[in-house]
Amino acid sequence: MLDSDAQTDRIAEILDAHLGLEGPLLPILHAIQHAFGYVPDSAIPQIAAALTISKAEVHGVISFYHDFRDKPAGRHVIKICRAEACQAAFGNSVADRAKQKLGIDWHETTPDGAVTLEPVFCLGLCACGPAAMIDGKLVGMLTPKSVEKLIDEVVK
Amino acid sequence: MRIWLPLDSFAQAMGGEEVAAAIVVEAKARGVQLQLTRNGSRGMAWLEPLAEIEVGGVRHGFGPMTLADVSGLFGDLAAHPKALGPVEELDWMKGQTRLTFARVGVIDPLSLEEYRAHGGLVGLDRAKAMTKAQIVAEVTDSGLRGRGGAGFPTGIKWKTVSEAAGEQKYIVCNADEGDSATFADRMLMEGDPFTLIEGMAIAGLACGATKGYVYIRSEYPVAIRVMNDAVLVAREAGVLGPQFDMEIRVGAGAYVCGEETALLNSLEGKRGVVRAKPPLPALQGFMGRPTVVNNVISLASVPVIMAKGAAHYKDFGLGRSRGTIPLQIAGNVKFGGLYECAFGLTLGEIVDKIAGGCFTGRPVKAVQVGGPLGAYFPRALFDTPFGYEEFAAKDGLIGHAGLTLFDDSTDMLAMARFAMEFCAIESCGKCTPCRIGSTRGVETLDRLARGDASAMPILTDLCNTMKLGSLCALGGFTPYPVMSAITHFPDDFARSKEAAE
Repeated sequence: MLDSDAQTDRIAEILDAHLGLEGPLLPILHAIQHAFGYVPDSAIPQIAAALTISKAEVHGVISFYHDFRDKPAGRHVIKICRAEACQAAFGNSVADRAKQKLGIDWHETTPDGAVTLEPVFCLGLCACGPAAMIDGKLVGMLTPKSVEKLIDEVVK
Repeated sequence: MRIWLPLDSFAQAMGGEEVAAAIVVEAKARGVQLQLTRNGSRGMAWLEPLAEIEVGGVRHGFGPMTLADVSGLFGDLAAHPKALGPVEELDWMKGQTRLTFARVGVIDPLSLEEYRAHGGLVGLDRAKAMTKAQIVAEVTDSGLRGRGGAGFPTGIKWKTVSEAAGEQKYIVCNADEGDSATFADRMLMEGDPFTLIEGMAIAGLACGATKGYVYIRSEYPVAIRVMNDAVLVAREAGVLGPQFDMEIRVGAGAYVCGEETALLNSLEGKRGVVRAKPPLPALQGFMGRPTVVNNVISLASVPVIMAKGAAHYKDFGLGRSRGTIPLQIAGNVKFGGLYECAFGLTLGEIVDKIAGGCFTGRPVKAVQVGGPLGAYFPRALFDTPFGYEEFAAKDGLIGHAGLTLFDDSTDMLAMARFAMEFCAIESCGKCTPCRIGSTRGVETLDRLARGDASAMPILTDLCNTMKLGSLCALGGFTPYPVMSAITHFPDDFARSKEAAE
């Protein structure tokens, strides 16, 4: 974890690198989340000042988009597709088994901080569903059994 | 020795990276000089990862590859257990008319040299010798319509921007392909990024725009990487430069940003809230300036139109649906993937002949055409020819040409409920019918599920309100899957109280 001065400096660097863009806020938020794993609340006034917009506007943008987190995720993030094509290939049974195995529901993190489970609406893998993304890696044709195995591999 | 193995997300999801690494290790162990090309996907998802090796000047396919199949690629190829023969001779490939996807799966996506050798940049070179009005006329004459779903004539949109007054104009590519069952944009960007770049550069010439943006959804990490690399290569080679340059921007997981005005707000760094029209984005778009917003496939179809002429493209298709359409066949499907062909095949031909029905071997109950906002089609409507007007006449839409197959175990009430739930999750909140209606829709469908038949007229009325009163297609089209499920599969909604309890 960075101390607050180091965090402020890093965010200032990110802001500097993006201020020349047209519409820089999303690229800034992505870069901050990439650097810290989430967008810390303390970053909001700093972003607002740099872009000369209100803190409310920055908060409004962060909270609008599903991708941005206001707190760190678990050490591993599992995103399982819930969209129609994966449902047609029995994705619901894969999601149910994952929830059962992890003992958590959507948007929750296991108590030991190991895994965050999130729904995703389409990874563009609709012809080889059910699909998921595990720490950025794509997987297709999941079954309840194979998702259990993948979870075991991730948490070990 | 040269081996092609796709970098496409389909291949990656089916273990392609592990296979690629094993190929490199095997070649090294055998002392073989290897050239491993990471191409796009040919579109046959059930064969991924699909390795290809040239035999007597013809590319032969091997797939779906597993780690155990790797060493065989270095032995007697004819005896390889996954040998498929010449790739271009496979039924799936032979039946297609590949215009927009001609190079996808064939070339190295980041080799401008191979792009050029396969007919790339011919369209841009031709456009450079034409006036703005001539380019616009060529695209208009081709009959190309917006492939994102709305079906608006691309040339007319370009004409508006071209003739609009403004110091700075923009070409914005909508690559926020969020509809389930669609992956054509992704495959194009991963497999042939220069086609999109060339299409955008031509649009820039036609409209007097010097700056372009590609807004790619964050769920597509491979496409984002390939597009970023391709822009660098194109800039280095002078294809992009002061006359027209572009940036890749990444979305943040909001489905509604696929709507063009929400996308523009997002690109400007705002909440992805839908704007009321007018003003049209063509006149007041990005930063309030004249802007073309086109889907990936619309823009990527322009180079072949410019290279081969409007008439060549227009010759394909039926009625007012001209040219080709990349069908994306998905869900519970035996042979799923991307299949580019002229408009006009019937839904039944696509489902039974090309897709081979469901992978479960059970009868196809319904096909959702056009993504989460598209209607469910029963077998009784399988004679509908694939075209914009033809599907509209059956209370459906072709959208981005995604088709999801469902077998007879599907509960259509559950699918109708999901459509409302999805709308509630993704609504931008700007207009009331969508914001409130979607939540009320979920509740009303739950009443039906409990056997309360008196909820049906309320649901029908609610769908009508959403259809007519919503600001954009999210709220306006969610009634399509709901009402089509009710109309075509009434048995799934007629639940007796006793059974439900």
